Amino acid sequence: MKITLTVWRQSGPNARGGFETHHVDDVSPDMSFLELFDILNEALIADGKEPIAFDHDCREGICGSCSMMINGRAHGPERGTATCQLHMRKFQDGAHITVEPWRAAAFPIIKDLCVDRTAFDRIIEAGGYISAPTGSAPDGNLILVPKAVSDTAMDAAACIGCGACVAACPNGAAQLFTAAKVQHLNLLPQGQPERWERVVNMVTEMERWFGSCTLHGECEVACPKDISIDFIALMNRDFIKAQFKQRRLTGQHA
Amino acid sequence: MTEFNLDAHIPDGPLAEKWDHHKFSVKLVNPSNRRKFRVIVVGSGLAGASAAATLGELGFEVTMITFHDTPRRAHSIAAQGGINAAKNYRNDGDSIYRLFYDTVKGGDFRSREANVHRLAQVSVNIIDQCVAQGVPFAREYGGLLDNRSFGGAQVSRTFYARGQTGQQLLLGAYQALLRQIHLGTVTLYRRTEMLDVVINDGRAVGVVTRDLITGDVVSHAGHAVVLATGGYGNVFYLSTNAKNSNASAIWRAHRRGALMANPCFTQIHPTCIPASDDFQSKLTLMSESLRNDGRIWVPREFGDQRSPDQIPEGERDYFLERRYPAFGNLVPRDVASRAAKREVDAERGVGPLKNGVYLDLSEAINRLGRDVIEERYGNLIQMYERITGEDPYRVPMRIYPAVHYAMGGLWVDYNLQTTVPGLYALGEANFSDHGANRLGASALMQGLADGYFVLPATIGDYLAPLLGTDPLPTNHQAFLDAEAEVSERVGALLGVNGSHSVDYFHRELGKVLWENCGMARSRETLEKALTEIPTLRDEFHKDVRVLGDGESLNQSLEKAGRVEDFLEFGELLCRDALHREESCGGHFRLEHQTEDGEALRDDEHFAYAAAWEYTGDNARPALHKEPLEFESVHLAQRSYK
Amino acid sequence: MTRLDGVPSTEDQNEDADAADRLLRSTGAPVPGQRQVPFPLQFWRSAIGKKWAMAVSGIVLLTYVLAHMIGNLKVFLGKNEINTYAAWLRTLGEPALPRTVLLWGLRTGLTAAFVIHIVAAVQLTRMNRRARPERYQSKRDYASANYASRTMRWTGIIVALFVIFHLADLTWGVANPHFVRGDPYDNLFYSFQRVPVAIFYIIANIALAFHIFHGAWSMFQSLGVNNPRYNRWKRYFATGFAGLIMVGNVSMPLLITTGVVSR
Ligand SMILES: Cc1cc2nc3c(=O)[nH]c(=O)nc-3n(C[C@H](O)[C@H](O)[C@H](O)COP(=O)(O)OP(=O)(O)OC[C@H]3O[C@@H](n4cnc5c(N)ncnc54)[C@H](O)[C@@H]3O)c2cc1C
Ligand code: HEM
Ligand code: HEM
Ligand code: SF4
Ligand code: F3S
Ligand code: FES
Repeated sequence: MKITLTVWRQSGPNARGGFETHHVDDVSPDMSFLELFDILNEALIADGKEPIAFDHDCREGICGSCSMMINGRAHGPERGTATCQLHMRKFQDGAHITVEPWRAAAFPIIKDLCVDRTAFDRIIEAGGYISAPTGSAPDGNLILVPKAVSDTAMDAAACIGCGACVAACPNGAAQLFTAAKVQHLNLLPQGQPERWERVVNMVTEMERWFGSCTLHGECEVACPKDISIDFIALMNRDFIKAQFKQRRLTGQHA
Repeated sequence: MTEFNLDAHIPDGPLAEKWDHHKFSVKLVNPSNRRKFRVIVVGSGLAGASAAATLGELGFEVTMITFHDTPRRAHSIAAQGGINAAKNYRNDGDSIYRLFYDTVKGGDFRSREANVHRLAQVSVNIIDQCVAQGVPFAREYGGLLDNRSFGGAQVSRTFYARGQTGQQLLLGAYQALLRQIHLGTVTLYRRTEMLDVVINDGRAVGVVTRDLITGDVVSHAGHAVVLATGGYGNVFYLSTNAKNSNASAIWRAHRRGALMANPCFTQIHPTCIPASDDFQSKLTLMSESLRNDGRIWVPREFGDQRSPDQIPEGERDYFLERRYPAFGNLVPRDVASRAAKREVDAERGVGPLKNGVYLDLSEAINRLGRDVIEERYGNLIQMYERITGEDPYRVPMRIYPAVHYAMGGLWVDYNLQTTVPGLYALGEANFSDHGANRLGASALMQGLADGYFVLPATIGDYLAPLLGTDPLPTNHQAFLDAEAEVSERVGALLGVNGSHSVDYFHRELGKVLWENCGMARSRETLEKALTEIPTLRDEFHKDVRVLGDGESLNQSLEKAGRVEDFLEFGELLCRDALHREESCGGHFRLEHQTEDGEALRDDEHFAYAAAWEYTGDNARPALHKEPLEFESVHLAQRSYK
Repeated sequence: MTRLDGVPSTEDQNEDADAADRLLRSTGAPVPGQRQVPFPLQFWRSAIGKKWAMAVSGIVLLTYVLAHMIGNLKVFLGKNEINTYAAWLRTLGEPALPRTVLLWGLRTGLTAAFVIHIVAAVQLTRMNRRARPERYQSKRDYASANYASRTMRWTGIIVALFVIFHLADLTWGVANPHFVRGDPYDNLFYSFQRVPVAIFYIIANIALAFHIFHGAWSMFQSLGVNNPRYNRWKRYFATGFAGLIMVGNVSMPLLITTGVVSR
């Protein structure tokens, strides 16, 4: 296969960026999208040009490092697929592909296609945990968790923190990421004691960095882990309830 | 060569009581004094994140360093299968002792009894801890925790969260860590790579790091340094490890005096998707559980070109079932891997590159129905299909062994301290608990045991006497020297301006190692590797091309440093393999096999951990031995016939 | 031990922590500030609170639009019907309340709903702009965001402009030379005799239908109403509501101006 790649290059956080076009021949359909960049980079190095910087690590869709806007779609055209799991057989021979970094105020570009997603950690820091100091835990089977609950919590917990939801959202909102974490913990019995504070703190932190949700649903389509926007509704519900709750009396239940 | 007293500090007393005794006898730091101690933790995988979070909870001042942009991306995130714990929730005869025994036996009797027993003991607390953190382990309909079984064990003791156990456990630890960051006990340095350990007066006093965005070389001082930097499997270039996993931290520590133990013990995992071309950048693991229902075969005919459905039953060779009638397709990883290699070497491999064997689900689909198979393996099958473009419901999957895990690592004593006082190693970075072969679902257990329970209990022993001392100031000569060395190294790499990319050298090194020190090794191949690697290293220093500068993000430069270390480490790996004149676990020497081709251990001469000392560039490393004594288990030859 | 004061996590830590924060500094991401305020304001400050307010005001507006349409459709039943209805509106609440008091109450509520809805919309739009100051430089390929959802701001503005004109036209009469107070029937017919006005009515009501098509669906999400069992009914509801309003409201200018229905 022959592929024409138009890639965003930007030498540093405050530098001006621009597109650069390269032709890559001998692309095998079995190659992953990142391997396409590997061979392009090898060619660039051979030419004495600096290779394109892009984040990646696991290359199997779980670490959440890879982050490319491919032809106007976060992680490319395939649903439920991270950039590293996208294979070239999904493209036509001779295709022209445009690649950009994630764009959001909270995700400043570091270089080329690498962005800084630290803001996600801030949201987790604000309350995305259960306070359970090591050693203080009761037996794992002491608290029963209905299977349906743990399955739903797992659906939410599958988020890999890639930021595609923000990248895809026309509003630059991080609702899907935040909702996934809030609901993973808020659904479980272990998460109840901190439930209301958690949602308020995490949402507050989220809104310092990101946009709001108009329910465009782009995030759900871009999400490599198929996380449902239903979780956003559940987060909204918890947030609204938390505003009206007499927290001292309602430690236990929804 | 220094005289080392390789004292593992194993506590006295009966096996089952050692850990409790030890916890009582180690020195403790008073809660109000803990904030006066600064501990540097390098690496944010399961081991590092859990250790940093726990030390932070205890009140120590923790500095956390990771080259990732967020701790959650550490390689541990990729673990699929599960985590073992001796809970005996199934009432199937499991016990702490059984988990201990299985692990020692699975490790082919090359691990330290006391450590393994402690691991089995705390495994129980790990599950409790993770559940309390909100890890969504799989549940039964009644709301209780579910279990599955894994290779090498006859009981069901593996806890799992879909196919994403590592992810969920790491997120639990990461969240605990971020909570501590929020509370101010842990300070996180992201996109920061540790490039050297600083030693003063024989003690570890800090590290030198390079900020990957600005290129700043900076020192961090602490009372103790903890390395939880993962395994070195990527020395083979192609492996199931994440692309950025590397050996630099442990290798630099080794160069500063920490002994490296058993580097030749590398685990090859039998069920990975074979490479499809030269551009292949990494290999993907398919969970071992597929072997429960998949039958492994190759065509009987050499070079059979027919597509698998054209090959009649009689012309297929189910070689595992044939050779190991008792265990069949479920023999342990090392045995299955070697058997597959034998077929491929005999040119009976399948697939476009003839580099795989079939793993065929069709019989199970016919027997159980497609729905059952889909429920059991749906996401694996989907992953396979995505990567290969083939549909396993119709065409058998192709698999081949690949490098997966490093049992070897920095030598540590019972306290997880290396031979350098104040320098600790946790998780896959140390050599401690898996001997010559690791059982499935035991790495996650070990990482979390080390981080949550062992290190926090033992580090006080080293710290307590240091009360009243401050960390060495970072303008101390020891730091300045180390910083200068690091800067010089970085400058040197940028200055070569040769003709080959870093990846080129990494790939070449990988080929040398895989061919000569991979699934099967011999004196001849190892000696070959030992001449080829130094040549390649020289070539690297003369001919590598690293473009760009050292003052901004430069991924080639990052890789160059890591590959430079791999080029040194790879040699030690081969040297260790050469010296170990036996076959055990992941280390298979062609010279040492039984008549029917099984591994032949030599307990009389090699029942020890080989700990290597660095003696200088291009100088031969010195070997030290920690004899392994087996008081509770009886050394037996493994047989899976 | 969660801190509720909302202080950014690293600003008050030791110096090293600030050093750790350098990444954001060097990449230029702003660290937004934030202050603490009392409850209802705090809720309003949050985007989710604003969306909640939009949804609640949206429900008020939806109810009004529906009721208003039903009332207006009486125009097809003849002058008497609609004028009686208009007069009845003014006597609503009598004799418990004096004449037009309830009507004014409703008008106040309606105005409040409009104001809240619009203020929230403006503030959220600005927030969203801030969240992505630099747009994508290549073409986006939307997979889920539909025309209606992406044009909420524009359809909203069209509706707002329409309402202003509409009031001038039929309530205050300033935009209607033939205006006769208390005779909506004639006023309407006069108004729609002007083709541009009729066209504007039609366009505005189509815009309103688009607005409702997305709004009446998304408000459930904003309110946190979600149950996988009933979720698809939300879509049916919004589509039905939007369709109903469009057909009802467009029919009046369309049929009257084209003369299908005449006095
Ligand atoms: C595909 C796959 C599946 C697996 N499945 C299982 C399973 O089912 N069950 C099981 O028990 N085990 C499994 N394992 C093994 C297990 O995942 C690992 O052994 C374990 O996670 C290692 O954890 P760790 O904390 O020691 O290191 P890692 O998770 O590798 O973390 C290392 C950390 O160190 C940091 N680091 C390294 N060097 C430096 C440096 N120089 N400077 C700064 N930071 C540095 C990195 O950023 C990283 O955060 C699997 C492994 C693989 C590859
Ligand atoms: C009768 C008139 C109107 C009705 C019935 C109406 C109804 C709605 C409803 C139900 C929503 C969904 C709220 C949610 O998702 O929570 C909505 C959203 C919206 N409305 Fe209106 N609205 C009307 C007028 C206006 C006007 C006049 C404007 C602006 C000038 C406006 C701008 C918006 C915007 C921008 C949104 C999207 C907000 C977001 O999600 O960020 N609307 N509307
Ligand atoms: C074709 C569609 C419409 C027709 C025929 C219509 C007709 C009328 C008429 C006749 C009046 C005057 C009633 C009176 O004075 O007694 C009126 C008032 C009004 N209309 Fe409409 N209308 C239409 C659509 C709308 C829409 C879509 C909105 C809002 C979004 C709207 C908002 C109002 C308001 C706010 C008033 C003032 C009510 C009051 O007196 O308090 N109308 N309309
Ligand atoms: S919600 Fe989905 S898209 Fe967003 S960060 Fe998580 S995995 Fe990525
Ligand atoms: S795309 Fe954006 S608007 Fe909401 S539903 Fe997703 S966050
Ligand atoms: S590289 Fe890890 S998710 Fe893509």
